Amino acid sequence: MIPLKKIHSRFVPLPPENVDTDQIIPARFLKATTREGFGKNLFRDWRYEHDDENRPKPEFVLNQPQYSGEILVAGKNFGCGSSREHAAWAIQDYGFKAVVSSFFADIFRNNSLNNGLLPVTVSDAFLAQIFAQGNEATLTIDLESQSITIDATGQQEKFEINPYKKTCLLNGYDDIDYLLSIRPAIEAFEGQPH
Amino acid sequence: MAKTLFDKIWDKHVVQQVQDGPSVLYIDKHFIHEVTSPQAFKGLEKRGLKVFRPQQVVATADHNVPTINQHLPIKDELSRIQVQQLIENCKKHDIELYGLGHPFQGIVHVIGPELGITQPGMTIVCGDSHTSTHGAFGAIAFGIGTSEVEMVFASQCLLQSHPKLMRINIDGELPDGVVSKDIILYIISKITSSGATGYFVEYAGSAIRALSMEARMTICNMSIEMGARGGMIAPDETTFAYMKGRQFAPGNGQWEEKLEQWKTLFSDEGAVFDKEIFIKAEEIEPMITYGTNPGLGIAINGTIPVADSIPDEGERKNIIKALQYMGLEPGKPLLGMPVQHVFIGSCTNSRIEDLRQVAALVKGRKKNEHVHVMIVPGSQQVARQVKAEGLDKVFAEAGFEVRQAGCSACLGMNEDKIPAGEYCISTSNRNFEGRQGAGARTLLASPLTAAAAAITGVVTDVRDLTPRPPEGGVGKTTKEAIN
Ligand code: SF4
Repeated sequence: MIPLKKIHSRFVPLPPENVDTDQIIPARFLKATTREGFGKNLFRDWRYEHDDENRPKPEFVLNQPQYSGEILVAGKNFGCGSSREHAAWAIQDYGFKAVVSSFFADIFRNNSLNNGLLPVTVSDAFLAQIFAQGNEATLTIDLESQSITIDATGQQEKFEINPYKKTCLLNGYDDIDYLLSIRPAIEAFEGQPH
Repeated sequence: MAKTLFDKIWDKHVVQQVQDGPSVLYIDKHFIHEVTSPQAFKGLEKRGLKVFRPQQVVATADHNVPTINQHLPIKDELSRIQVQQLIENCKKHDIELYGLGHPFQGIVHVIGPELGITQPGMTIVCGDSHTSTHGAFGAIAFGIGTSEVEMVFASQCLLQSHPKLMRINIDGELPDGVVSKDIILYIISKITSSGATGYFVEYAGSAIRALSMEARMTICNMSIEMGARGGMIAPDETTFAYMKGRQFAPGNGQWEEKLEQWKTLFSDEGAVFDKEIFIKAEEIEPMITYGTNPGLGIAINGTIPVADSIPDEGERKNIIKALQYMGLEPGKPLLGMPVQHVFIGSCTNSRIEDLRQVAALVKGRKKNEHVHVMIVPGSQQVARQVKAEGLDKVFAEAGFEVRQAGCSACLGMNEDKIPAGEYCISTSNRNFEGRQGAGARTLLASPLTAAAAAITGVVTDVRDLTPRPPEGGVGKTTKEAIN
C-alpha cells in the first residue's frame, strides 16, 4: 500500500443518500479475477445510457468535466449493501484517494481502509457546507491531524479514525503484514483448549 | 458478570488485543465462492504464502453459475474463468470444493447449515454480506471483503473492533399468513436500511423461539439490510434437533460434549446491550417493498408513503428517486398491481420449508398466464428433496419453472435476469436499482406472498386468496394450506 498523509484537491459531489455498492459497481462487472480496471465501470448504470459508453448521461456528475479531483463527497449511508470490495477498488481505480460522507456502511468503510482509500466521516452540517461550495472549491484532508478543511472558507472539522488503522495508512502497512508477524501467537492460541 | 451471547463467543476467540486498535479474532470456519476469492488467492501468492489452515475453508460455486444445464460448460466466458480459477485455487491450496456437479453444491449460506458445517459458538466468515445467515445457529458470522478473505487465508484471523450490541425482542404470536420474512422486512422498514450500522444484532423473544431453524436463517440473513454487521439467535432445542445427524455435525462420540458447550450459549439475565428494541408479533402483517432499498417496505394492504409527509429532506429525496425508478405513485396501494415475474429463491428463501410452503399454497392451482415464475432451490440437496417429496410435480402443474441451484436472479450475474422496466416479486433480500438486471423493478416479499402473486398475476394479500378448488373432495382453505 502507498502511504497516505495529506490530500489537497478539488472534489466530486454526489449528494444522493444510501448509495449502495450495486450502484458503485454493478454485479455484472464482478467477473474479473484481478483488482485492476474497475474504475471504468464505476457507477456504470448512472454514467451511461443503456450500458453504452458512447452515450454518457450528461446529468451525472462523473460526466461533467467541471467536476474533478481526488476526493469523492457523498450523501449519508454511502456504500451500503453488498460486501463487494470491488466498490472500493473501483473508486480508487478511478482516481479517488478519499471519500467524504456523514455516514458510511460498515463493510465499505473497512474495505476502503484495507485498500488505502480514506473514508472521512463528517457531520451532516459540514457535509452540507461542502455541497454548497462551487466546482472550483478545494478541500484539504490531513490524516496526521485528522482534520478536513474547506480551503476557501477555512471551515474545519476533525474526523475519527482508529489509531491502529491510522498508523497503517500513514506508513502504508496492511493488516496481513501485522497478522503474519504474530503467527506464533496464533499457533499458541490454536493449541489451547476452547 | 452477566454476559451477552455475542461476548461469550467473541471472548473465546480473541487471540490478542492490538494496542489502541482492534482485536485479533480467530476464525473457525471460512466459506469462499468464485466471485470474491480470486484476488485474495492472487494477493496471497504474491506474498509467497499458502493458505494457513485449508481444513477450515470450504468452497462452493454459486454466484454466477448457470441454473440450467449445469452439466454443460458455462457459456459466459468470464463466469467460466472465475469458476475454473476457483477449482484450480482450491486444488493448489488443498481446499474442499463443492463445485458444479457435486451433490453438496449450492448457495454458500444454504449449504453451510444444511451440511452441519455451521455450528453454535463458532466464528464464521465469508466474502459475502449474507454470511449473517449462519448466526441463526448462535454463531458470530459476518461478511468480509476480499482483502479480509486474504487475511483469513494468511492467518486464520481477522482484525476486528468489537461492535456495539443490539437486541431486538419480538414477543407474541404471529398472525396467519405472516412468516419470518415478514418479520425481518417489518423490522427493517421500522429502523431503516442503516438503523443498525455499527451493531451486531441478537434476535430474541417468544416469536423467535417459536420459529424453525430455516425461518430463523431468513431473519438473520437480512440483518445486513439494516446495516448490521451480523445477526444471531441463541441456540436451543430447535437448533440441536436440526443439527443432529447432519453430515459434518459432531458425531456420536463428540455430540454430548458439544451439546454441553452449546447449552451455555445465551445472553445471561441482566446482560447489557447498547440498544434494545421491542416488537409485538401481533402487529406484523405480510410485508412488501415498494422502493429501492429493503427499508422501503409497507404492509401488503398499505399505501405507498407520500413523500411530502416525510420530514427529513434526504429521506424525502430518496423516496422520490426510488419511486421514479420503480414507476410507482405515492399514496397508492400496491395490491392489485400486475407483476410480470415471480422469483422464489436466494439465500433468504430457497430452503425446503420455503418451497414446501409455496407448494402447499399452489397445489391444484395454476399460475396466471401473464406471469413468469422461477423457482431456484438453494442447493442440490434442496433440489433432491423437492423431487423426493413430489413438489416438482406440483410446481410443474402450476406452470412454474424449476431451475438448478445457485444465486440466480437474486443478483443477475448469470442469464437469469429481469428485463428493464418489468416488475418482479422476489423472495431475495435486495431491491437495489438494477440488482436483478439493469432497469429491473424488484418487490421483496415472503415466499407466500410471491406464490400468491404467481397465481393471481397481481400483488395479492395471501390472506385474501380464495380457498382452492376442492381436491379429492376435500376443500382446504388458504389458512390450512399455510399451516
Ligand atoms: S443468493 Fe443473492 S444474496 Fe444470497 S449469496 Fe447469492 S447473491 Fe448473495
